[in-house]
Amino acid sequence: MENSHNVSHNLVSVHNLSFYHGQRKIFDNISMNFERGKITAIMGPSGTGKTTLLKLIGGQLVPSNGKVIVDGQNVQQLTRTQLYELRKKMGMLFQSGALLTDLNVYDNVAFPLREHTHLPESMIRTLVLMKLQAIGLRGARNLMPNELSGGMARRVALARAIALDPLMIMYDEPFTGQDPISLGVLLHLIKALNTTLGLTSIIVSHDVHETSAIADYIYVISDGKVVDQGTPQDIKHSDSDWVQQFMNGDADGPVHFHYPAPDYVDDLLSYSTH
Amino acid sequence: MQHTHTQDTLVGLFVAAGIVGLFFLAMHVSNLGSFVDNDDGYVVTARFQNSGGLKIKSPVSMAGVKIGQISDISLDKNHRSIVKMKIKSEYNNLPSDTSASIFTAGLLGEQYVNLEPGGMDDFLKDKSEIDITQSAIILEQALGQFLFKKSADDAHK
Amino acid sequence: MLQLFQHLGHQTLSSFRKLGRGSYFLVNTLRGFPNILIRPRLLVNQMYSVGVLSFLIITISGLFVGMVLSLQGYYTLSDFGAEASLGVMVATALVRELGPVVTALLFAGRAGSALTAEVGLMKATEQLSGMEMMAVDPIQRIIAPRYLAGIISMPILAILFSSIGVLGGHLVGVGMLNVDDGAYWAQMQSKLDFRDDIINGMIKSLVFGCVVTWIALFEGYDAIPTSEGVSRATTRTVVNSAFAILGLDFILTAMMFGD
Repeated sequence: MENSHNVSHNLVSVHNLSFYHGQRKIFDNISMNFERGKITAIMGPSGTGKTTLLKLIGGQLVPSNGKVIVDGQNVQQLTRTQLYELRKKMGMLFQSGALLTDLNVYDNVAFPLREHTHLPESMIRTLVLMKLQAIGLRGARNLMPNELSGGMARRVALARAIALDPLMIMYDEPFTGQDPISLGVLLHLIKALNTTLGLTSIIVSHDVHETSAIADYIYVISDGKVVDQGTPQDIKHSDSDWVQQFMNGDADGPVHFHYPAPDYVDDLLSYSTH
Repeated sequence: MQHTHTQDTLVGLFVAAGIVGLFFLAMHVSNLGSFVDNDDGYVVTARFQNSGGLKIKSPVSMAGVKIGQISDISLDKNHRSIVKMKIKSEYNNLPSDTSASIFTAGLLGEQYVNLEPGGMDDFLKDKSEIDITQSAIILEQALGQFLFKKSADDAHK
Repeated sequence: MLQLFQHLGHQTLSSFRKLGRGSYFLVNTLRGFPNILIRPRLLVNQMYSVGVLSFLIITISGLFVGMVLSLQGYYTLSDFGAEASLGVMVATALVRELGPVVTALLFAGRAGSALTAEVGLMKATEQLSGMEMMAVDPIQRIIAPRYLAGIISMPILAILFSSIGVLGGHLVGVGMLNVDDGAYWAQMQSKLDFRDDIINGMIKSLVFGCVVTWIALFEGYDAIPTSEGVSRATTRTVVNSAFAILGLDFILTAMMFGD
């Protein structure tokens, strides 16, 4: 407790971060904080680089400007070994699940344990079964990834992400393409893991309702900037038209239904003038 | 687990097949097989005015039978070619006045050393030297001499 | 016209950039080799999919190439009354050239394309990225064992190709065309040198193994992570490997058998 730096209020913080993909600006001087033990969501339309942000936090990408602090460490200044050490404390759930297709469910969950620990096989078995029990797929341990439904694959990936008991989990679009039942299961799991294991969760999503239901704090980003932030309640009553359109899913608003085009009537008539 | 056991076996068989293949190539296809029993041969030397296109490992034969091979070719201080031949030990009854000549197999074939047995009662031993030698016939020289002689003859007429 | 030069310059620059990325990738892969010693199981699994699964196509091709060489060689040699040299001809062609080169070409088509597709799909399905986030280096865990397996398998396959080819040549030459059995083997043994021919042939296939597997793995690792990107990368593996094999074969032949 004496080292206030290490046990700061925020597990992850992003300071004045800019990131360019070639000439294209993805993030323009954004700052965010992710509180310990809370579920923080990052929302925004597709193609705003939400996944990129997770990769920046995980140190897979290097920002053009600014810095990312995770658990008191500046991610970009770490050596390779230190970065890999830090990543053991981070779990990440990829959109596709990213399960290793040549291993079955059991071996997938055991994978990080076998790679990073020298535990005896009996202990690994206990741990794996515990994690599988937590996600409700203990009975599916012998299935191969191609025999799983999308929702099941994501749950197995979740079990794998928590195998090393990380401090935090990053969810990349966890709700996309799920049927209502899988969706319910995932929402329940994310919430439950957060409270029972005291995990810090970062969710990247554009699914407004599901995310608002479980998030403690929301950042809304668009065009590389944070356009609004606050609790789900705050966001719902945001005074920004854009945020209102995004949260309510209106067809027209600040973001127009039509892609920029010449005047409709002119366009229709222009053929004869050629 | 059964699955990986079969895999292990197959990988093992695969590597073993590779080793067997290499052994086959070495012993049955290439000259390594003859190298092995070559170690117990003996070396005789011969000096030639010109050893022509003779190379290390060129055959040494007697009466058309290969009895050894060239192991070394170098130059002595009188600018003659010293050729060392390794003869298989089973042919230990070559008379000491055996003569050596460099022949060509066919008109354009590779060159080899032919040994012609003499009549002495004692035999060549390790490090013996063959005294009677006949150099390689260099085709260009022979042709040149022939043409030169012919034109000289023509001039006389 | 200016556009053409611009395009050419752009192409040149990007191919150098790719070569640079490839070299960096190669160095990282080699640095992963010591790790394999600790976990030989990874290597054995890859030896299976890279080597054992290529066994059948290699041996069957070797058998037929040897048989055809023998048949064609016989017709040419018999015109000169030199059928006895059939064994030398078949064995020299196989051990020096056809063994290493054809094996490498088949290997690129069979194992190389499979490696590219596998690694490319692992990238496309975020498996590589996922490993990185689990603090497991995919180059050490995925790439290095596959690379070593390719390097070891290629000479073994080339040896098998040549051996089976020589036997196939014997089958046709001695069995069907009545070339003297003794002459077939004896001439071969007296003309082929273990170091000059067999070892040099193996060195060739070792070099091809290093290059083809490198190309295959790098194309997969560098592929655009979409299904189209992976399919293009697979094509590039086969085409680039073929060019590399034939070009290197010329250089290596000039170096080895030039004197």
